[in-house]
Amino acid sequence: MKQVPTNISRRHFLKISSLAGGGVLFGFEMLANITAEAVADAPLFSPNAYLSIDPKGIVTLMAPNPEIGQGVKTSLPMLLAEELDVDWNKVVINQAPYDKDKYGNQGAGGSGAIRTRYEPIRKAGAVARQMLVAAAAQTWNVPEQECTTENGYVIHKASGKKLSYGELATKSASMPVPENIKLKDPKDFKIIGKRIKNVDNKNILTGKPLFGIDTRREGMLYCMVARPPAFGRKLKSFDDTEARKVPGVKNVVRTETVVAVLATNTWAAKKGRDALKVEWEDTGKLESTADHVAAFKNLIQQKSEKPDRNDGDAENALTNAKKVLESIYEVPILSHAPMEPINFFADVRDGKADLYGPTQVPGRVRTDVAKALGISEDNITLGLPRQGGGFGRKLRSDNAVEAALISSVARAPIQMLWTREDDMQGDFYRPNGMYRYRAAINNNNELDGWYLTAAALNGRAAAADNFPAGALANYRVDGHGLTSNIQTGPWRAPTHNAIGFAEQSFLDEIAHELKKDPIAFRLELLEKAKNNQVGKVNYDIEKFKSVINLVSKMSNWEKKTPGRFKGFAAYYSFSTYVAEVAEISIQNGKPKVHKVYCAVNCGQVVNLSGAENQVQGAIVDGLGHAWCTEITFDKGAVQQKNFNTYKMMRMQDAPLDVEVQFVATNEAPTGLGEPALPPIAAVVCNAIFAATGKRIRKLPFGNA
Amino acid sequence: MASITITVNNKKHTVDVSPDTPLLWVLRDELNLVGTKYGCGIAQCGACTVLLNDTSAIRSCSYPVSAVGTNKITTIEGLSENGDHPVQKAWDELDVAQCGYCQSGQVMAAVALLKRKPHPTDEDINAAMSNICRCGTYVRIRKAVHLAADKANDKK
Repeated sequence: MKQVPTNISRRHFLKISSLAGGGVLFGFEMLANITAEAVADAPLFSPNAYLSIDPKGIVTLMAPNPEIGQGVKTSLPMLLAEELDVDWNKVVINQAPYDKDKYGNQGAGGSGAIRTRYEPIRKAGAVARQMLVAAAAQTWNVPEQECTTENGYVIHKASGKKLSYGELATKSASMPVPENIKLKDPKDFKIIGKRIKNVDNKNILTGKPLFGIDTRREGMLYCMVARPPAFGRKLKSFDDTEARKVPGVKNVVRTETVVAVLATNTWAAKKGRDALKVEWEDTGKLESTADHVAAFKNLIQQKSEKPDRNDGDAENALTNAKKVLESIYEVPILSHAPMEPINFFADVRDGKADLYGPTQVPGRVRTDVAKALGISEDNITLGLPRQGGGFGRKLRSDNAVEAALISSVARAPIQMLWTREDDMQGDFYRPNGMYRYRAAINNNNELDGWYLTAAALNGRAAAADNFPAGALANYRVDGHGLTSNIQTGPWRAPTHNAIGFAEQSFLDEIAHELKKDPIAFRLELLEKAKNNQVGKVNYDIEKFKSVINLVSKMSNWEKKTPGRFKGFAAYYSFSTYVAEVAEISIQNGKPKVHKVYCAVNCGQVVNLSGAENQVQGAIVDGLGHAWCTEITFDKGAVQQKNFNTYKMMRMQDAPLDVEVQFVATNEAPTGLGEPALPPIAAVVCNAIFAATGKRIRKLPFGNA
Repeated sequence: MASITITVNNKKHTVDVSPDTPLLWVLRDELNLVGTKYGCGIAQCGACTVLLNDTSAIRSCSYPVSAVGTNKITTIEGLSENGDHPVQKAWDELDVAQCGYCQSGQVMAAVALLKRKPHPTDEDINAAMSNICRCGTYVRIRKAVHLAADKANDKK
């Protein structure tokens, strides 16, 4: 077993207190890499997660992070249960409310929950287990080393004695906190790495109230809002005469930015909202997509004063090249469009706010609501429902702030709900962008230089350290941001979701130009990076190769089937490696994706079922958006207002199968919610090229 | 406003609502059956799918309550006594859901499909299952429909 210091001193191990009905409540410090000194000096370190064991041995675990479909309500408690050594079927899991002091960072973003909490949560489980062992050893008057645990029992083999955790719970509270704890050897894992079902399956499949939109409270009014119809326009005035005549409408209030109609049911609120006569005024530029495209075309011809990365001399390589390959790639704006439209419950009265709703950033919600209302954060409570998708949309606090302000003005508990149309117009979109790639092919018929000039809306246009950085003597990336009043924000695998398509397609173009197999070409470049690394490299070459080789094997890459065509790409993001192959055919001029193969190295897989689901979902998500989805603007107004024009992937176009294999490893887990998404658009477009000879450089490709 | 009586999950309910109110909002706001979800309001996404007379899947967001009449409505809450309908069991067994928001609509659409076609082909599934899953669980949904068909047929 691995010995690790607990870093938890008795006085900071937390409130170990007896529960009213017997049993023990453990709180655990779960911040990684803290020292005992740091703990001792920092009174802020108080318990940040809880498990309780009742006299029957039922273990209740709090799931600390918001569940947005990424599976952490299941996978984080699995870590605790593994080290505690309990029967998973007897574990009760509750979603924790927001409480920074108890639970630390409760965000959902950056594929980070498992990455950051893997060791701290396991330690928490192991500490509890060891204290239960100590309690048993004392009861039996035997050495702790002779005791083992299994499925919620401490066992003394020599004497045949056995006590349940429930029987030991109360006594264990008085045991000293172990200075060193033993984490399980991965070969002994009984829960981690297994297929464990989503803990909410039953509730989901029987229609129990789980989501923010399902909130029902005493006296609650349903609320719909009139929001600006375009970016660059703001609320000027309104006439609510007709709105107030709608049966069921109870009140109409305005905040600085919106008009809210409050009613006894959603339909009345919507009818009232639609009956408002609102005057909007132009306060900013009214931008159209054509403006962005024109500006991008100009920007990608500009040399940046400050390149994002500049190895060797890419310009010189291009000048001296035998041949220069140049391609321009383009991606559109996308909406997050989580299936659960934006909503939030707020009850703001008497200087206090009670909030409940979907968010990926509860900490930010509390801070921003406190600021907006001018009250202390201590006067805000925030509960976290299960969420109907995140994808980055809920990394903003706008929904909670808007609901809180409305409730504050109306002095009533309200559930604010946006219609799908409100949601599509009020998003923080995936930025559109344009990517100009130039590759220098030298006299030896080798790729010798790479120059990307990227332009994207509002911010980081390129991921400059991406492979093949490190493999090429001359490599340069210039990124240009185009400032816009159209709100943009993180969308599943930010930047990567666009650049993955462009870069992995262009690499395929180069491979074909050099008459090399696309997989052999990537491996050759990785070998170059290994033998003659240029600049800093953030990826591990062997791990990268391992997923490429695995997917090659899985997909039987070399095998040619008449009428079937394959495409390949590989990508590294969120510390995880993926390589994907798609097998397609062309039917009635349309691509049909028969199967996608995906090899993943994400370190130790925690929940095999959830992990596989994330990868399959990310592939469908990335492919669907590449295929048929785009947002365009006309004078600041979104032109695709609902799913009739914003075309999401449906069953008929989804791959018939997505086979996922994880590289077997016990290294600490890395990100998994996002990494499988960035390459898939290129994988399928590369397959379309193999089938048709047509290179797709603009998304969505279904429009071509 | 009008007093309207509808039968939902084998129970009669009388509600006092505007006759143009979509069935969805009557279910959610008046009867507190929140398992049926709002996703688009224009019968595009299928999150609001319920059964009409046990056989047809309808999109309740675009179905006025006044049109229900004497037809029987079944929601996810009324699909089975203990959550053990073959479709619910298949969905659980294959661990289909990610966020879970669209899944009640997916389940109801699958139930209607299997009523019409107890042994659906992949093409049947493509045609009948047009509900949007933003998490992209289509691979598992397809497998779960096939599994549910097997389970239902085993029972017979």
